[in-house]
Amino acid sequence: MKKNTLSADRTRKTILTVVLTVICIIYVLPVLTVVLNSFKLNTFVKSETFALPNGKSWNGLQNFVKGMTFGNYPFWKSVLYSVVITVASTFLILLFTSMAAWYIARVNSVFCKIIYFLCVFSMVVPFQMVMYTLSKTADGLHLNTPWTIPVVYLGFGAGLAIFMFVGFVKSIPLEIEESAAIDGCGPVRTFFRIVLPMLKPTLISVGILEIMWVWNDYLLPYLVLDINEYRTIPIHIQYLKGSYGTVDLGATMALILLSIIPVIVFYLSCQKHIIKGVAAGAVKG
Amino acid sequence: MHSNPLKKYWKNPTRRWALLFLGPVVAAFAIGFVWPFIQGIWLSLCKFRLISDAKFIGFGNFAAALEDPSFRHAFWYTALFAVVSLVLINVLAFAVAYVLTQGIKGSNLFRTVFFMPNLIGGIVLGYIWSMIFDGILSRYGTSILMETRYGFWGLIILMLWQQIGYMMIIYIAGLQAVPEDMLEAARIDGANRRQILFRVTIPNVMPSITICTFLSLTNGFKLFDQNMALTAGQPFLIQSDGSAIKTTEMLALNIYNTFYSSSNTSPGVAQAKAVLFFVLVAGLGLLQLSYTRKREVQQ
Repeated sequence: MKKNTLSADRTRKTILTVVLTVICIIYVLPVLTVVLNSFKLNTFVKSETFALPNGKSWNGLQNFVKGMTFGNYPFWKSVLYSVVITVASTFLILLFTSMAAWYIARVNSVFCKIIYFLCVFSMVVPFQMVMYTLSKTADGLHLNTPWTIPVVYLGFGAGLAIFMFVGFVKSIPLEIEESAAIDGCGPVRTFFRIVLPMLKPTLISVGILEIMWVWNDYLLPYLVLDINEYRTIPIHIQYLKGSYGTVDLGATMALILLSIIPVIVFYLSCQKHIIKGVAAGAVKG
Repeated sequence: MHSNPLKKYWKNPTRRWALLFLGPVVAAFAIGFVWPFIQGIWLSLCKFRLISDAKFIGFGNFAAALEDPSFRHAFWYTALFAVVSLVLINVLAFAVAYVLTQGIKGSNLFRTVFFMPNLIGGIVLGYIWSMIFDGILSRYGTSILMETRYGFWGLIILMLWQQIGYMMIIYIAGLQAVPEDMLEAARIDGANRRQILFRVTIPNVMPSITICTFLSLTNGFKLFDQNMALTAGQPFLIQSDGSAIKTTEMLALNIYNTFYSSSNTSPGVAQAKAVLFFVLVAGLGLLQLSYTRKREVQQ
C-alpha cells in the first residue's frame, strides 16, 4: 500500500517535471528568436522568423554594426544616458527617501503624517494623471536633461520608497538609537552610522525596484527629455520601429539583443536579491 | 502612561535637522507629484491651449470626454482586457507556484526562467512579440495589425509571458508560509490532495491572492508601453463622420493620443480623461482590496 502511493507520487512528479520543462523551453523561445534574427538579413526576419540563419539569410555582425548608428542616433549615447539616469536616480532615491523615512518614522509630527499619507496616495495615481503637467513643470525648471531628470524620478518615485523604508524603520528597536544618543551621537551621525547600515536589506530591495523601473521606463523620459538630443534605450528603440518608412528588422533585433543582455546578466548575477526585492515591493496597499 | 523623558530629549535635536532629512524629498515630491497633480485637477476644469491662458469652464471637459466614442471604446476594451488577463495570469501563476512548491527537482531553475521576462521593458517586449506574431501570421497572409482579436490575444499572451513569473513569486512566498502541521492534520484526517488544496491551502494564501489580483487588475488598466509597441491601436475603424476608432487602443494610450496626437481636441479634455482614469484605477484598487480582505483567514 505504502509502496504503491510512493511510486504513484514519483510518477506524478516526473510528469510535472516534463510539463514544466516544456513550458520552460516555450518561455525561452522568444529570447532565442531575438538572438536568431539579430544575425539575419532584414528580408528574412519576416519570412523565416523561426528558422536558423542559413547561407542566404546570414548577415554576420552587420546588423550590430549598422545598429550602432541606426536611426541617425549613435547607440552608445542611448546606453550612456540610460546608465547615467538609472544610476543617478537610484542613488538620489535611496539616499534621500531613506533619510526622510527615518525622520518621518521617528519624529512622527503632523507634517510627517501628511507627507506619509501623500506618499501612500501617490502610489495609486497612474502616471497619465500627471504626465502633461509634470512634463511642463519639469521643462520650466530645466529638469529636461539626463543630468537633472533624476530629480523628477526622486519626486515621482518617492511614494513606494518612503512607504517601504518607513515600514522597515518602525521595526528597528528605538533603544539602539537611544543608546547612541546617550553616548553623545547627534541625529545626523546616528542616521548615517547606525540606522543606514541596518537598512541594508531594504536599500537593496528598493534599489532593485528603482533600477528596474527607471531602466525600462519609456514615457516619463520621452515626455520630459529633449528628444532630439537625449534618447534613452527604450526611446531609441521606439524611434526605430515607430518611425514611418522601412525599418531594418535585423538591425532592430540586434539592438534589442544588446539592450537585454545587460538586463539578463544583472538578473543572473543578483537573482536572489531581485526576486526578494520584487516580492517586497508587491506588498503595497 | 508615563512618557519616557529620554525620548523627548532625543526627539528635539532630530527636529532641528528637518530641513536636511525632509527637504530634498519634499521639494522633489512637490515638483514631481503634488504640484502636477493639483494643476492636473485644475486644468481638467479649464479650456486652454497653453497652461498660462487656462480659463475655468466647469465640467465641460468631462462631458466631452464621456461623449468621445474612442474613449468609451478604450474603456470597454481595457476592462475586458484587464478581466481576462487577471483571471489567466492568476490561475496560471498559482498553478505554477503550486507545482514548484511540491519539492520537484530543478524548481529553482524553473523559477529563474519564469521570472526572467519580468525584467525586460514594455517597449522591447512589444517589439519582440510583434516580430513573433508577424512571423506566424504572415504565413497566413495577415498580420497582428489587421484584426482586433489578434491584437487583443497577442497582448494577452505577451502579458502572460511577462507577468506569470512575477505573480508566481508572490504565490510561492504565500504557499511556503502555509503551516505544515495544518496540512499534516488534514492528511491524517483523510483529506485527499484536492480537498487539501481547496479547503486548506487556498484559504491560507488568501493574502497573496489579494495582492496578486489587485496588482494584475491595476496593471491591466494602466498598461501603456506594451500596448503602444505591439499594435499602437491598430487596426483603425473609420467612423461615418471621418474620425477613426483605434480598436486595440487602451485607456492610457487613448489619453496619451488625446494629449499629443489629436490637433483638434483641447488638452483640457485629455486631462479630464486622465482624471477619470485616475478615479477609476484608484477606486477599483480600493474596492477590490476591501472585497478580498473579507475572505482572508484570520490567523
